[in-house]
Amino acid sequence: MFLKIQQFVLFVTIIMLSSCKEKRSELIEITAAQVSITDTITKTESIETFVLPYRNRIYEVLDSVLAFAPNTISKEDGRYNTTAGNLMADIVMEQANPIFKLRTGNQIDFVLLNHGGIRSVISQGPVTARTAYEVMPFENNIAVVELSGPSVLELITYLISSKRAHPIAGMQIVLDQKGQLKTLTIGNKEFNKNRNYWVATTDYLVNGGDSMVFFKDALTVTPIDYLIRNAIIDYFKKVDTIAPIIDDRYYSLE
Amino acid sequence: MKRRTFLKNLSASGTLAGLGGLSLESCVNPYRKHITILHTNDVHSHIDAFPKDHSQFPGLGGLARRATLVEQIRSENPNTLLFDAGDIFQGTPYFNFYGGELEFKLMSKLKYDAATIGNHDFDNGIDGLHAQLPHANFELLSANYDFTNTVLDGFVKPYRTYLLDGIKIGVYGLGIQLKGLVTQELYKETQYLDPYDVAYDCERILKKQEQCDMIICLSHLGYQYQQEDRPNDLELASKTKYTNLFIGGHTHTFLDKPTVVKNNADDHVLVNQVGCFGVHLGRIDFYFDALKNSTSKGTHITV
Repeated sequence: MFLKIQQFVLFVTIIMLSSCKEKRSELIEITAAQVSITDTITKTESIETFVLPYRNRIYEVLDSVLAFAPNTISKEDGRYNTTAGNLMADIVMEQANPIFKLRTGNQIDFVLLNHGGIRSVISQGPVTARTAYEVMPFENNIAVVELSGPSVLELITYLISSKRAHPIAGMQIVLDQKGQLKTLTIGNKEFNKNRNYWVATTDYLVNGGDSMVFFKDALTVTPIDYLIRNAIIDYFKKVDTIAPIIDDRYYSLE
Repeated sequence: MKRRTFLKNLSASGTLAGLGGLSLESCVNPYRKHITILHTNDVHSHIDAFPKDHSQFPGLGGLARRATLVEQIRSENPNTLLFDAGDIFQGTPYFNFYGGELEFKLMSKLKYDAATIGNHDFDNGIDGLHAQLPHANFELLSANYDFTNTVLDGFVKPYRTYLLDGIKIGVYGLGIQLKGLVTQELYKETQYLDPYDVAYDCERILKKQEQCDMIICLSHLGYQYQQEDRPNDLELASKTKYTNLFIGGHTHTFLDKPTVVKNNADDHVLVNQVGCFGVHLGRIDFYFDALKNSTSKGTHITV
């Protein structure tokens, strides 16, 4: 026992000497806290001043009136097609087709977007770029997909069975009294199973979003490098009045 | 200000505590050193505070307030480092309008020391990130992204060290697998390396070659995953030997307190993450004493 104490003291002495000499440190205690940034903390004035011109510029751009909506535009106001859905799909067709044509020489045959991708109503009154951010907050780009005839039929089957008003443009779908496909017209021509179609949609859906699995059979995918939101903003700038209507692009004979 | 604390004494040895007291008294200049680590993650361009009527984060966040808090903590302890664990970009029109310029300028004004790169930091492409680098007076650290064939080659370091009050602090960065998360046109030729292997290398170099007194990992791997078997901070912490603190991101995980994990050397280490959007600031205080015994496991962790 006595020997053990002797060894212990010697050990302590060595450690003590080496620690004083080398000045090495040892971690002895750690404390931690998550600190909430609440409104009781005052703002640093210089930071606030620095941000101000950046913020003002954003507000100026976002809140400047681009167009006018005589009525509220919603994705819930129709069963098979809606004012908001028709507006979005028509915008994609109108804004993307010239770019696609210029790059490939081909024409977009029709547009399919997803109902869930419309994130806000467009309220009656002035329409701004902020409206476009509310409707489309995601960084989704337009893409044009080449689908075979059978793949297009799969797309139509999906659309019908989803029982949702997914936005479409450039085609007409008519269902019979039983809810089965009666006629399918694409670009004012009867659907032809033996040809391929150019379908404008979003890169999100091409990558399997919203279970649109038929896009995995895409023969080609052409990115348009055009954000949906930017297409919306460009369209708002182009027109004075935004007044989409529920029409006969997709309906059921009831 | 909200501080949730409870005492967790992970030291068991009374003998060692006594030993410490003894050697302390015998030294001519006994010292106790204090390093404060502050951190954010996934701020996603949230420069302004949330409005008071916001459903999830009413009145919380805001960079001008974070600046006040950081400055206050720095005046209390000048030996403070400030880090971010990635996804600085994307989430408000500030990013859409200015491409990350304002985020980097403000982080520089707050004197951030380093940040790692999150997947959303590639949202304007690797060229978009490169273009904002002149606005960053802080280091971008990523050890497992190989930028050799990209514009970022030479601009991102795997790790670096800081010397504060004689305490050497090593910090390395880790990023998440980009394939499947970011389109390749954005990250281009960036190569993703296994984060675990890279972490073992980094911490060994920082401990053995650089002789660091403490080691921090800035990780954008994610706290943990319920479904998939993907690299994550909790597993990483359990597999490493020398890293004392993992500052995480990506999963937007709000923790009431940092998680204590037993690492591969049977030491207790911390994994922390402060949710997202700059509504919280993580604060970890490290206290050092003169070296008493290299095998001592006497670190008290109070979280």
